[in-house]
Amino acid sequence: MSSKGAEQARIEPERYMNPYLAGVGLGLALLAAFVLVGRGLGASGAYTRLDAALVEVVAPEHAHSQSYWKRYTTRAKAPLDNFLVYQVLGMILGGMISGYAAGRARREIYKGPRISVRSRLLLAVGGGMMSGFGARLAGGCTSGHALTGGATLAVSGWVFMMCFFGAGFVGAALVRRQWR
Amino acid sequence: MMAPLFKTGVFGEVGFVLAALLVGVAFGFFLERGGLANARKLTAQFYLTDFTVLRVMFTAIVVAALGLMWLALLGVLDLGLVYISPARIWPVVVGGSLVGLGFSVGGYCPGTSVPALVTGKLDAGAYMGGLLLGILLYGEVFNGLASFAATGDASSPLTLDRWLGLSPALVVFFLVLIALLTFWGGSKLEARFGGEEADS
Repeated sequence: MSSKGAEQARIEPERYMNPYLAGVGLGLALLAAFVLVGRGLGASGAYTRLDAALVEVVAPEHAHSQSYWKRYTTRAKAPLDNFLVYQVLGMILGGMISGYAAGRARREIYKGPRISVRSRLLLAVGGGMMSGFGARLAGGCTSGHALTGGATLAVSGWVFMMCFFGAGFVGAALVRRQWR
Repeated sequence: MMAPLFKTGVFGEVGFVLAALLVGVAFGFFLERGGLANARKLTAQFYLTDFTVLRVMFTAIVVAALGLMWLALLGVLDLGLVYISPARIWPVVVGGSLVGLGFSVGGYCPGTSVPALVTGKLDAGAYMGGLLLGILLYGEVFNGLASFAATGDASSPLTLDRWLGLSPALVVFFLVLIALLTFWGGSKLEARFGGEEADS
């Protein structure tokens, strides 16, 4: 009983914003990126640059000669001096402001009731690897291709979107136990 | 023609960094606000119990597409200076499918994992570790993939209006229709498969 009381005493997190309103906010952020700098939003590019910078620290010669990493390490600007890197730094702040203000910032692991923490974390790493590899092959992720490409009417953006959601449904059927 | 402001020289490098930070703050803020930093809510899309992902994404796309079109019509924005992806279709088909598979298996996509991790969701940290590993792997095997990754015309951007031979305004109009249909259908499906879960 006392634990139930303590549970209730905890501050209840706010409900999420109306999805259409959140979408308008996101759309205006995207439009602002086009108007201010002439490009859309992204995410996977920032991780790529972090990888390139790490490779450069660990194996500088490899980073400067290997065909993929040298695209990032042999330019006038350092790999981390990039639009997407600054934009992701901004996302850290924006995400924290929203999460803390709503009482949703707390240490937890999102998973369904029928799966262990260990399995969930392993699947998260595996899913991350697929997404990372795929995003580099596609030349962008949900932000760069689906959102940005979608808004600029890019054929590649809409092709990405259809494949992304199609494969998402297939993956969800395979790992139903993780979520439901 | 004034915009894009950075490309027309209205502001310089400092403004560029500030603009990136600013749009990033808004991006992270609205992802978290909308519930897109919650892996259960994100993946609920694929079990048809919660259409938040499609609602937020389609609304954002429609708002930005309409904004781009109107600003271009008003002569404020030079669309020729806005970066549009080239049509490298096959790498996008394979890569996009992998990102989608990773999304339902891992619970996030590269963007949404950022606000999730910084609000304490540890699974987002695991996903992010996987992302860095997957990209590292891609970089290391790139030599073997380079020719496939370059498939398609990378020289010029391809837009739906050019590809279909329609006016951009008509394409945007159809986009709005498709979005409205998706919202309507989503509400029907939610009602059937049980919505309003994972709401915090």
